Amino acid sequence: MSTYDVAIIGAGPAGMAAAIETARAGLSTIVLDEQPAPGGQIYRAIEASGPARTRILGPDYAAGRKLAEDFRASGAHYVAGATVWNIDSELSVDFSLPGGSKQIRAGSIVVATGAIERPTPMPGWTLPGVTTAGGLQILLKAQGLVGDDVVFVGSGPLFWLIAAQMVEAGVKPKAMVETVPRSRYLAALKHLPAALGAASYLRKGMAMIAAVRRAGVPIHTDAKEIRIDGSERVEGVSFTSGGREHQLATTSVALHQGVVPNQQVTRLLRCEHLWNESQHCFVPKLDEAFRTTVAGVYVAGDGAGIGGAKSAALRGRLVGLAIAEKAGKAGPEERRKVAEELAREAKIRPLLETLYAPSPEILSPADDTLVCRCEEVTAGAIRKAVDMGAPGPNQVKSFLRAGMGPCQGRMCGLAVTEIIAARRGEPVSAVDYYRIRPPLKPLALSELAALETDEPVPADIQAEAEAVH
Amino acid sequence: MFKRVEETAGTAITFSFEGKELTARAGDTVAAALLAAGERSLRASAVSASPRGPFCLMGVCFDCLVQIDGVPNRQACMVAVKEGMSVHRQDSEPEAVSL
Amino acid sequence: MTADTIVIGGGLVGAAIAYGIAREGESVTVLDEGDVAFRASRGNFGLVWVQSKGLSMPEYARWTRRSADLWPGFAETLCEETGVSTNYYKPGGAHICLSEEEFEEQAGVIRRMNQVHGAEHYGGQILSRAELDDILPGLGPEVVGGTYSPHDGHASPLYLMRALHAAFLKAGGQYQANARAQEINRDGEGFAVTTPAGTFKAAKIVLAAGLGNRRLGPMVGLDVPVNPLKGQILVTERARPFLSMPTHVVRQTEEGSVLIGDSHEDEGFDTRSKPRVMAEIAARAIRAFPFLKDLRVVRSWAALRVMSADGFPIYQQSERQPGAFAINCHSGVTLAGAHALALAPMIVRGRLEEELSAFSVRRFDVQAR
Repeated sequence: MSTYDVAIIGAGPAGMAAAIETARAGLSTIVLDEQPAPGGQIYRAIEASGPARTRILGPDYAAGRKLAEDFRASGAHYVAGATVWNIDSELSVDFSLPGGSKQIRAGSIVVATGAIERPTPMPGWTLPGVTTAGGLQILLKAQGLVGDDVVFVGSGPLFWLIAAQMVEAGVKPKAMVETVPRSRYLAALKHLPAALGAASYLRKGMAMIAAVRRAGVPIHTDAKEIRIDGSERVEGVSFTSGGREHQLATTSVALHQGVVPNQQVTRLLRCEHLWNESQHCFVPKLDEAFRTTVAGVYVAGDGAGIGGAKSAALRGRLVGLAIAEKAGKAGPEERRKVAEELAREAKIRPLLETLYAPSPEILSPADDTLVCRCEEVTAGAIRKAVDMGAPGPNQVKSFLRAGMGPCQGRMCGLAVTEIIAARRGEPVSAVDYYRIRPPLKPLALSELAALETDEPVPADIQAEAEAVH
Repeated sequence: MFKRVEETAGTAITFSFEGKELTARAGDTVAAALLAAGERSLRASAVSASPRGPFCLMGVCFDCLVQIDGVPNRQACMVAVKEGMSVHRQDSEPEAVSL
Repeated sequence: MTADTIVIGGGLVGAAIAYGIAREGESVTVLDEGDVAFRASRGNFGLVWVQSKGLSMPEYARWTRRSADLWPGFAETLCEETGVSTNYYKPGGAHICLSEEEFEEQAGVIRRMNQVHGAEHYGGQILSRAELDDILPGLGPEVVGGTYSPHDGHASPLYLMRALHAAFLKAGGQYQANARAQEINRDGEGFAVTTPAGTFKAAKIVLAAGLGNRRLGPMVGLDVPVNPLKGQILVTERARPFLSMPTHVVRQTEEGSVLIGDSHEDEGFDTRSKPRVMAEIAARAIRAFPFLKDLRVVRSWAALRVMSADGFPIYQQSERQPGAFAINCHSGVTLAGAHALALAPMIVRGRLEEELSAFSVRRFDVQAR
């Protein structure tokens, strides 16, 4: 088994930036990435993107190219197409490659697995033709595909960014159905002075919205009672806005309610997590050097709390520098400078997090709305399980199979926790989350069986002890 | 329908879906190629056999599962399309075994 | 917060007993831990298994068989009362042997069991490779033969748990989560249990807290010598039904998932899944059924079996405080029928019957002397 000073999971901005620093400090660094090329989702296909795509996606996307170049030149060992399926507390990492599973051991592990889109349970959200808004953007980045006839439903910076990029691509969205309640604007206003410290974000945001508006895309605000209609596929979206009922015919709906940390790895490692009320999600508990509660495990980037691409890269650098410092290969000065830059980046967050907090409707879906897409478990069934006494998501999971399908709870976990907390009248932090177990992604039995590890084989594995089961 | 913003990108690749011959571009995932070809419904769900298609396109949701070259439960959004690939709709109860 | 009986532990053992007591008309409170308890029930393989159980303790073989015989009616009643099917089936069960040694040993077990309990009654069968092929298609070349019992079956441990909880509540039981028992004190003739959710009182108390009984036992004058034995299970994605009956290492659930088990590891209280063991479990399943190789594992479970020194259950009434009982076993599914319909009525009557005396903890004292 190979041993590295540092193993980094994920090659988005945080993973790449961390690798550049640890490799620069002379630490042997391996980067395990599920994608075919560096960039993560935010800079997806950054090395392959042609001029048309780059123009449409804009300068913030193009900025990823330099990072990817530096990463390629860093000397870190990059493994593309590597699906990590287990990490244990001794920091052994099992990952799957086309030829089979491999295991490595590392002195430090940097979890840079980024964010996923917040689950958005609503009527009809499983119909073909419904995607996440981020999913549409991935098609644009990776394949240069733009869909027409798209109705965007939700809120957030990405909601507007993707719409603006589509306008730039010459395929404007059919409509924007924004779920921000009117009352939010007043609440968000008090964060405006702080946000002026990151004025470029405000300007960019307003420019995106203006571009979509200028293109003549109908914008429906304060939308409620949203339902996606169709039987075999999406046929339309119904909602109320401005005191009126609306029905839009469409074949494509893009959902977005912000992004949340991808917790699978840190939960697998049984790191302690905290509930972040402002971001409305769980984040791993970290110290000032981004260390989790499990020795040797760091989290960099959006997996440590949502901050965006720039912040992710800065936090990646900070983690890389912290590891280098611990190894006696760097001093604290550079880390201090980067930390100051990070603080400036963070100034926009309170405003965004207040204005674009998840819509109340998706936090408390109607009883007949599917929450667990894989096992098709409704919100009502979850509430019934709570009424039977289930204290948290793990008991709900065993009663109902919620979270037991192939996505392993990624698409329902937060929603299930929120529904339980509301029903029990307890804080979300007390209800907590699914316990995550290996494999992190489905793994062929033959691949598992062929595994070679240094772990000792328990002597009695084959023994048929009497009275078993 | 989806259109490509870079008409010239990627060499053409021929593959099939449900026996029907389709064209993709090098660099496409199976999910992207199928969406580009107008196919949105790729499988029947495991519990109620209701139609499903690509949702997250980043390997998280497992709603784009298809059968690729005889192997069921492949994530269409995580597999690069290859020349001659045979893709089929995923049944709600896939035959995981060939007895 | 007063009841006739308090059951500490809401796993399969506690829930089955609490349901059994409640259906006899007593008021019962179940005190359970929180969402992340050790909860062996969640890692149960789901066999209702008779063959080869109780080789060195005929009372256990009889008790197991009694539970298996109760299961069909028990499952039906639960479903009628709650609408939750336990997915119980009794097609018989097979033990697949991957070597001549294993086959000889397993065949020997069945021969002896038939001898002790009467072949007609026990019904164990030794099957050649060809006979096994008739009931289980797709066996690998290493399979040399196996054994079969018509009394074996399987059920969903998770749905059983849900059905028991639902039936218990329907019978008027009270369930209290986040109520880990901290202290048990005498309260007049009865007991008072202190928990973070308050103090609960009852005339009788049943300790069904699995490994927790080791800690709780002494509070009511009981020594409960149980230790953890880790077991890991793999769960695959759903597949079209292919297995006509459960085997001791592979079973297909109602949903189509294949459960592959299981390991026996002395690892203390560590409940993490370990790749090396997972690999061994996977390899053995492929040797039994090679066609499983392409199936994907979506989940693994690791849970702690509650093991006594001899592996048999503990059913013990406190001599010093006769209203207190300790119940431990590692076969929460198989024995659920007997726990609900035979053991619970004894607790209601306040006395464990003579037929359970073999399961007393006194047997360990004798061994120690």
